[in-house]
Amino acid sequence: MRELAFRDALREAMSEEMRRDERVFLIGEEVAQYNGAYKVSKGMLEEFGARRVIDTPVSESGFAGLSIGAAMMGLRPIVEFMSWSFSLVAADPILNNAAKMLYMSGGQFGCPIVFRGNDGAGGQLGSTHSWCVESLYANVPGLKIIIPSTPYTAKGLLTQAIRDDNPVFCLENERMLALTGEVPEESYTLPIGKAELIRSGNDCTIVSFGRPLYFCLEAAEELAREGIECEIIDGRSITPLDIDTIAASVCRTNYCVVVDQSWSFASVGSEVAAEVHRVCFDDLDNYVYRVHSDDVPAPYAKGLEQEMLPNARKICEAVRSVTYNA
Amino acid sequence: MRGFRSGSGILADLNPMTAFSMTQPESSTERRSEEVPLPGPNVLRGWLRDMMLIREFEVRSMQAYQNRLAGGFLHVYNGQEAVAVGSIATLRPDDPIITAYRNHGHALARGMAPRVGMAELFGRIGGCAKGKGGSMHFFDAEHHMYGGHGIVGSQVPLGAGLAFATKYRDEVMDGGQSNHVTLCFMGDGATNQGAVHEAMNLASVLDLPVIFIVENNFYSMGTAIKRGTAAGGCLTDRACGYDMDATVIEGMDVLDVYRGMKPLVDHCRTSSRPSFVEMRCYRFKGHSMSDPRKYRTHEEEEQWEMRDPIELLAAHLVDQDQLTGEAFKQFGKEIREEIREAVKWAEASPPTPMDELYRDVYTDKWGLYTGTSVPEFLKRRSSDREDDNA
Repeated sequence: MRELAFRDALREAMSEEMRRDERVFLIGEEVAQYNGAYKVSKGMLEEFGARRVIDTPVSESGFAGLSIGAAMMGLRPIVEFMSWSFSLVAADPILNNAAKMLYMSGGQFGCPIVFRGNDGAGGQLGSTHSWCVESLYANVPGLKIIIPSTPYTAKGLLTQAIRDDNPVFCLENERMLALTGEVPEESYTLPIGKAELIRSGNDCTIVSFGRPLYFCLEAAEELAREGIECEIIDGRSITPLDIDTIAASVCRTNYCVVVDQSWSFASVGSEVAAEVHRVCFDDLDNYVYRVHSDDVPAPYAKGLEQEMLPNARKICEAVRSVTYNA
Repeated sequence: MRGFRSGSGILADLNPMTAFSMTQPESSTERRSEEVPLPGPNVLRGWLRDMMLIREFEVRSMQAYQNRLAGGFLHVYNGQEAVAVGSIATLRPDDPIITAYRNHGHALARGMAPRVGMAELFGRIGGCAKGKGGSMHFFDAEHHMYGGHGIVGSQVPLGAGLAFATKYRDEVMDGGQSNHVTLCFMGDGATNQGAVHEAMNLASVLDLPVIFIVENNFYSMGTAIKRGTAAGGCLTDRACGYDMDATVIEGMDVLDVYRGMKPLVDHCRTSSRPSFVEMRCYRFKGHSMSDPRKYRTHEEEEQWEMRDPIELLAAHLVDQDQLTGEAFKQFGKEIREEIREAVKWAEASPPTPMDELYRDVYTDKWGLYTGTSVPEFLKRRSSDREDDNA
């Protein structure tokens, strides 16, 4: 199968959906003439024209709200946040309007919209540009959150997100955009709310969301040399959470480590851990360990930033600790 | 035409005591010139009825609130009826409107049945949002009323988005020319929200067919405009900064509102350019039901009450021999009866059942959530129409 970069897989999903459905359009800062700040939308202006690939001024609250208004009327906007860090200034429209419109209008006005952009640290951008928003936003009913980790999942999940009738947040990561992988040429979808088994192993389940998958794979190799075989599950979606797939694995391995790049308190990781404790209570041989970014603002210095992230070393330590009694 | 500059004399009207008697600004006078023809007497009597209906709806909703039939916050529209009725009268039925939380008047002026609004206040399944929106969040898809929004200024980017969508549909999907107009209402307090300025800039940059209507009632909750808004006597200056036409309209007189709005709406429809309107008006009641109105004087209130939009139109119609005192009384009687019926209907509508708690969170079924459906009043759309025609 042909290989495609993560950013090209995202673009392919958007372009295919725009060819298929006239209601779909792309809007955001620098998405058109500049070809996207991270070149995700390269060439799309040329193909679809300025009416469907729309450059905005730096007004996240304004263009997020505008797109939600358009979605209320049945269009299907794809809104690019250059970074999810910048979505914080659009908190009111994305959390109050997108997430609640269907409910507050008693089912009259839905919000079929996708917000997408870079999430997470890793490029030495300092604290304000290194937000992991998943734990903040997962707390809000009415949203779906996808977090692809490979070019294949990026195309399939984003295609599904664009077709979804609900607001979907797609969390990408700048560090992964150049990553290549096999991607089918034809259009396909991956279900939102379905996790995927990435690596089989009998000793410990590791659940990961997004980019930390690669830290998990790195850790699994090291642990395998020590004789610990890890089973890795890529969550793919945060809400809905596929607890069934996670639990099926944990009930077999009896140990679980959750890796989540956001901060630990009231987080995706703590939610998954709580769910695993609830569902797999009788099958667990130890409590669920969690690996997060350290509870500090993201630092600039490279060494500090790498240390803050849920890196392979921390994952190895967690797996060794959780399985000590195996 | 562009907005007015500071120092043009309008600043003097920062004082709500004198603002109502202001001489009309030049351009506004142009706009409301007798060149703009008024509809015939039947339509004008219809506006009178609409304004009386809104007033009576609000009177009864305040009673219901005091009787604890309605909960939450209640912001009534008394005094500002001419703004909604006169401006919505300039639209086509499929032009979208959107507004803030003082939204009962807009919904009724757009054609929502009063009983459906009343049932929403009462938290009943028959309400316009099945009792899940409440007073601040009236929605009516049938009448292209996109809410009712509780966060100040939050609806303004959405309004720009509605205009974006009509233009996109007209041009990209239908291959024609933009031919819809969106009215986006807000209060004077909203003009200090960042989102409003972002939306105005976007509307201008993207050539969106939207008219931003500021209902300037001189108070943002309890904060007088001069205390919270720089150059508050000249709100139109804010539109100048976004390269859009701006007009001041006297918002207590529905004829002024119509004459002022009609050319703007017509121009917007063909030009697909945004514009900005400041409607000077006054809310006769407090910000909400808990507001003792200590920040303004009785004298000021009385002066504005002399410009009651219902009285003004009634006087005009009587003066023109288009309304008799008898007919006016008859209107009042009919409307009181209609709203009484609406209250009765709303009271009889069952409290929103528990399964609605989990519906409309997502369109699809997932976990607790049970997918979506539409309110009763939309399901019974055709029979409603028959009732209304009866």
